[in-house]
Amino acid sequence: MAMKLPYYPGCTLKTKAKNFETSTLAVAKELDIELVELPKWNCCGAVSSIVTDDLMHQLAPARNFVRVLEMNKSGIVDNEYRLVALCSMCYNTLKRTNLLLKNDHEKLKTINDFMYLEEDYNNEVEVVHFLEILRDIGFDKVKEKVKVDLSSLKIAPYYGCLLLRPKEIAIDNTEDPRIESDLLDSLGVKPIDNPFKKMCCGAHQTVQDKYAVARNTYTIVSGAIKAGAEAIITSCPLCAFNLDNRQREAKELYPDFEGVPILYFTQVMGLAFGVPEEELGFDLNYNDPRPLLREKNILK
Amino acid sequence: MEEKRRDLMEEIAEANSSASSGIDDKKIKHWIHIYVLGKQYKVPASLTIMQALEYAGYRFNKSVGCRAGFCGACSTMYRVEGDYKIKTALACQTMAEDGMYLVQIPFSPAVKAKYDINNEPYDGNVFLKYYPELARCVSCNTCTKTCPQDLQVMDYVQAAIKGDFQKVAEWSFDCIQCGLCAVRCPAEIVQYHAAQLGRRMYGKYGLSEEPNIVKRVEEIMSGKFEEEFKKVMSLQKDELEKVYVKQQNEREIY
Amino acid sequence: MSKTVEITKEADQFLKKIEELSGEKITSCIQCGICSGSCPMINEMDLTPAQSMSKTQLGQEEELLDSKSIWICASCFNCKVRCPRDLDLAKVAEALRQVVLRKAVDKINIDAISPEEMMELPQIALVAACRRLTN
Repeated sequence: MAMKLPYYPGCTLKTKAKNFETSTLAVAKELDIELVELPKWNCCGAVSSIVTDDLMHQLAPARNFVRVLEMNKSGIVDNEYRLVALCSMCYNTLKRTNLLLKNDHEKLKTINDFMYLEEDYNNEVEVVHFLEILRDIGFDKVKEKVKVDLSSLKIAPYYGCLLLRPKEIAIDNTEDPRIESDLLDSLGVKPIDNPFKKMCCGAHQTVQDKYAVARNTYTIVSGAIKAGAEAIITSCPLCAFNLDNRQREAKELYPDFEGVPILYFTQVMGLAFGVPEEELGFDLNYNDPRPLLREKNILK
Repeated sequence: MEEKRRDLMEEIAEANSSASSGIDDKKIKHWIHIYVLGKQYKVPASLTIMQALEYAGYRFNKSVGCRAGFCGACSTMYRVEGDYKIKTALACQTMAEDGMYLVQIPFSPAVKAKYDINNEPYDGNVFLKYYPELARCVSCNTCTKTCPQDLQVMDYVQAAIKGDFQKVAEWSFDCIQCGLCAVRCPAEIVQYHAAQLGRRMYGKYGLSEEPNIVKRVEEIMSGKFEEEFKKVMSLQKDELEKVYVKQQNEREIY
Repeated sequence: MSKTVEITKEADQFLKKIEELSGEKITSCIQCGICSGSCPMINEMDLTPAQSMSKTQLGQEEELLDSKSIWICASCFNCKVRCPRDLDLAKVAEALRQVVLRKAVDKINIDAISPEEMMELPQIALVAACRRLTN
């Protein structure tokens, strides 16, 4: 029987990063995991509020936790309080609020009082990232599902910030993460180590100063290319946007800069599992990965 | 006990009719106190807020419209003595209560974006293009608590952030654009205008064309109703009244 | 020759305010500079993270609040995970930003973003920018 898990997509997975969602749902199905979307979830706020007196911005994550309680109550999921996030920013924001409420009963009470129309939340939920679910079921299980040979692909993992920092929410070692390269290994892809794999892409600075972000994009992507990578994987739609679309601005700043495609890790999983191309949504990737994949005979 | 209560209700109902038909105040047995802009007024019980304000001597030239709960012009905010919660109502639809502190909100200072839906792509980012402040929603749910139409306003705002035209259109369908959500929003979002953009986009691109409408538009364009129009336009006032009453009586009730 | 810096009452109050808002014991910073060495946005900054910490210790309100740096910090937490005093500089930067934003100041005009850019930006970029840069 499929493992049924409450799933939090996040706004961008419904719009600009639809391919992250469709590819994830496809590979989850292959692994017998059913990701059940939280009913009426709301935007988590993308960044966690980190000043001591600001509870207003903790409301959004807290409300989503109440949705998990409702899912259990109505029987949509069976005693399953792990909330799976895909977007690194959503993961971080949800997880940090969850931790805050676990450690501060007074703040939890204030929030419950303010949300008096909702059921009380009492720290039932655990926030997890989809990569953690994969690690829990075992990368050897992932390996069993591989149908397509990707051994000719050289891909660099990119973690960015929010899966690893701060330490209390990290899904892996903060300074030396391996979870993405372990995943690539299991998929038969050669992982390339990029020294800039944990460097910040510049995040929301992309709205106010795209060239500042483009300089970071240049550093991160060039680092991967120098190490021999032909593509980069990520789990964050904002990192993806900054590393992918901002290559355009990076080329303006550094005319001899040559980019590489940026993929969601689930798109590579989909390729390995033989998921139909249309479910992987490569048309939404800014730098089209299909020429590379055709060259390697992975796509027709 | 039950009988006594019924008598009381009848007396109150009588008070209402005496107030609205101008009968001597001495005949009114039940009174309440309301506060308008902080000033106390004694008004008969069982009036709507709008009637109560009029009884108190206020004459509306704004904050009034259809008097039937459809137009959204009579937005009202109030508190009741002994309850810290701020409440909202349509003045024409809500009964005045003892101890109400009232204020009318004739207009919400909201700017409506200008766009031509024929030139917009059916892409969820259209919401942020015209109403970027949607991204500031903190999910406090104040809008939902404020809505006199009992809409799940926060839910449709969230759907707008996610670019879901269908949900925005369906969940905001009964919006009467009273503007109270926008007045109360801490993120300074103009919920109801964004919802209208959603309904327009969904109507244009999300829904299939309704064959009956297409047919009727063709009929209108081909002049099928010209004669009827000419006939109606040529009627005198009393003739027109007769036609109107007849048409109202024959109208299908749905 | 030693130089004496006098800390005024106002400067001390400012430090206390930032300590309270951030929840960080800012006076325990030892100015080792690891934060500055770890910062991915340092090339864009006018004050390094270590300088910002030092100025916060001294309560130099004006220089801090007028600096570019606090608005460039992307809250990547690299400084935080490496700080030998376990200080969360991202929280300090957020506290400094909040002091400005709470005076009803916006540091980004979202209405001025071009329609083309708005159609391209992912939702989270705008949501995050609004949270960090608008009041």
